[in-house]
Amino acid sequence: MATKEIIDDTLVMDNPEAVRPKRMTLNMGPQHPSTHGVLRLELELDGEVITWAKPDIGYLHTGIEKEFEVKTYHQGVTLTDRIDYLAPLSNNLCYALAVERLMQIEIPEHAQWARVMLAELTRLNSHLVWLGTHAIDIGAMSVFLYCFREREEILRIFEMCSGQRMMTSYIRPGGLALELPRGWQQRVKKFIDVFPSRVDEYEDLLTNNKIWIGRTKGVGFISVEDMLDLGITGPMLRAAGVEYDARKQHPYSSYEKFDFKVPTRTENDVYARYLCRLEEMRQSARIVKQVIDGIPPGRHAADVPNMTLPDREKMKTQMEALIYHFKIVTEGYRVPAGEVYQVVESPRGEVGYYIVSDGTSKPYRCYVRGPSFGNLQAVPKLIEGTLIADVIASIGSMDFVLGDCDR
Amino acid sequence: MISMPSEEIRSHPDADALLAANPEYLADVKFDRGELTLTVPAEHIVAVGRLLKLQQEYVRLSTVTGVDWYPAEPRFEVVYHLLSLSRNVRLRVKAKLPGSNPEIDSLTGVWRSANWYERETFDLFGIRFRNHPDLTRIMLPEDWEGHPLRKDYPVTGTRV
Repeated sequence: MATKEIIDDTLVMDNPEAVRPKRMTLNMGPQHPSTHGVLRLELELDGEVITWAKPDIGYLHTGIEKEFEVKTYHQGVTLTDRIDYLAPLSNNLCYALAVERLMQIEIPEHAQWARVMLAELTRLNSHLVWLGTHAIDIGAMSVFLYCFREREEILRIFEMCSGQRMMTSYIRPGGLALELPRGWQQRVKKFIDVFPSRVDEYEDLLTNNKIWIGRTKGVGFISVEDMLDLGITGPMLRAAGVEYDARKQHPYSSYEKFDFKVPTRTENDVYARYLCRLEEMRQSARIVKQVIDGIPPGRHAADVPNMTLPDREKMKTQMEALIYHFKIVTEGYRVPAGEVYQVVESPRGEVGYYIVSDGTSKPYRCYVRGPSFGNLQAVPKLIEGTLIADVIASIGSMDFVLGDCDR
Repeated sequence: MISMPSEEIRSHPDADALLAANPEYLADVKFDRGELTLTVPAEHIVAVGRLLKLQQEYVRLSTVTGVDWYPAEPRFEVVYHLLSLSRNVRLRVKAKLPGSNPEIDSLTGVWRSANWYERETFDLFGIRFRNHPDLTRIMLPEDWEGHPLRKDYPVTGTRV
């Protein structure tokens, strides 16, 4: 960390009491471990109190939005994984829904339910990483190991479905890339049956832990008006008592058929955000259970031959299927001109894809609203006037991913 | 100017509210795939933003971004996505800007969240926002040349 002391010379001359350095500018990041990636915070300190803060982003900007414009809609899915690398399936889902709305196709209910399950497992995955790293930041080492034990099992489920642990590209426009693998019900059920007891384990470690409470209660307050005005979404907003969740307010992919609660708190501090996310994990487990019990039979993708890839078997036996496969892979499918803004509730908040189509097989413009970008904008409001030691807790409670922020 | 039959516009309360306040606030109305798009003359954007926030309860500005229609004129579109929590509706507002010296008033005075989104749009499209408190590049380095999301900016290649 680089430090720079600013001493006002004239002040020292006139007033001997002011010999003590007044303000200090401190660079936190971009390599600071608790900034989870490459966030740089410029802080101005008066003793231990932060008087001014400015987040500096862009270190992970990779021009994904530009790259969308030269890839076909079919290829674009792979980019969506890499935006928010802790919640790839939420981004896959949002992109797929946007393209499907442009194409105006309906996908089978079986695929919709499978998507819900995958999106909720992704939420668990992301919240587990958040909880583990947030706890490590504050000094509770062991929680991290417990969280990653469960996360490993989720990644294995993803691997079983798509062949990939993280960059899944499993949810595609038109449905899923492949059928759900044989035996997925037993595998997911085995995991989800024990998962709530695992959440109890984390709670045993933290919820009544005096150090945890001391570090998190009453820390990181920001008023609801500021939150709405600054564009904060997701669990942070819900921990302030605003019951906004896109899964309830603007249901997509059959979410309206599931029974779950949107957990809210009113304390609006780091501790409340922690409790909110833990309760969200329990609710996600409930949703996954409902999928296993009630998933309707059907196909994994819509029957739109010029958009969804044909089965492998058909390609070997039917001329038509082979031609469609060739066309989709080489030149892609044409999407009618128009524009949509599709929103999905990702673990971090509102993910939005704004796709403009000009009638060709490549998006004319694909804008991604990453929830981390919107949330990070409020960092100064969150930490100005607080102690520097609380910065770690405050920004940890935002749960941002810089890949999602910088794109 | 307006491409929609007037009785249909009246059925959308937001479009109706804008017309009632000032008939010049609305250049075009489109309803497509369940989403309402209002196109607003660029010079009225702040007045429209304030009206939509205070009167139509759009408390949240979700995003600001741009679209480049090069080589067509007017070349740029600035696109705003709004959300009303109380009414549970979304709205898209657009303003069109010319290719030479694209400038529009900043909405940071209406929604503070516009700050970073406008900086991003400035950075990647080169659209200037008047009265913005800190209009600097946000994604790219300060000494970067050009605006990558413009259509005449190459996708690949090396700098010479």
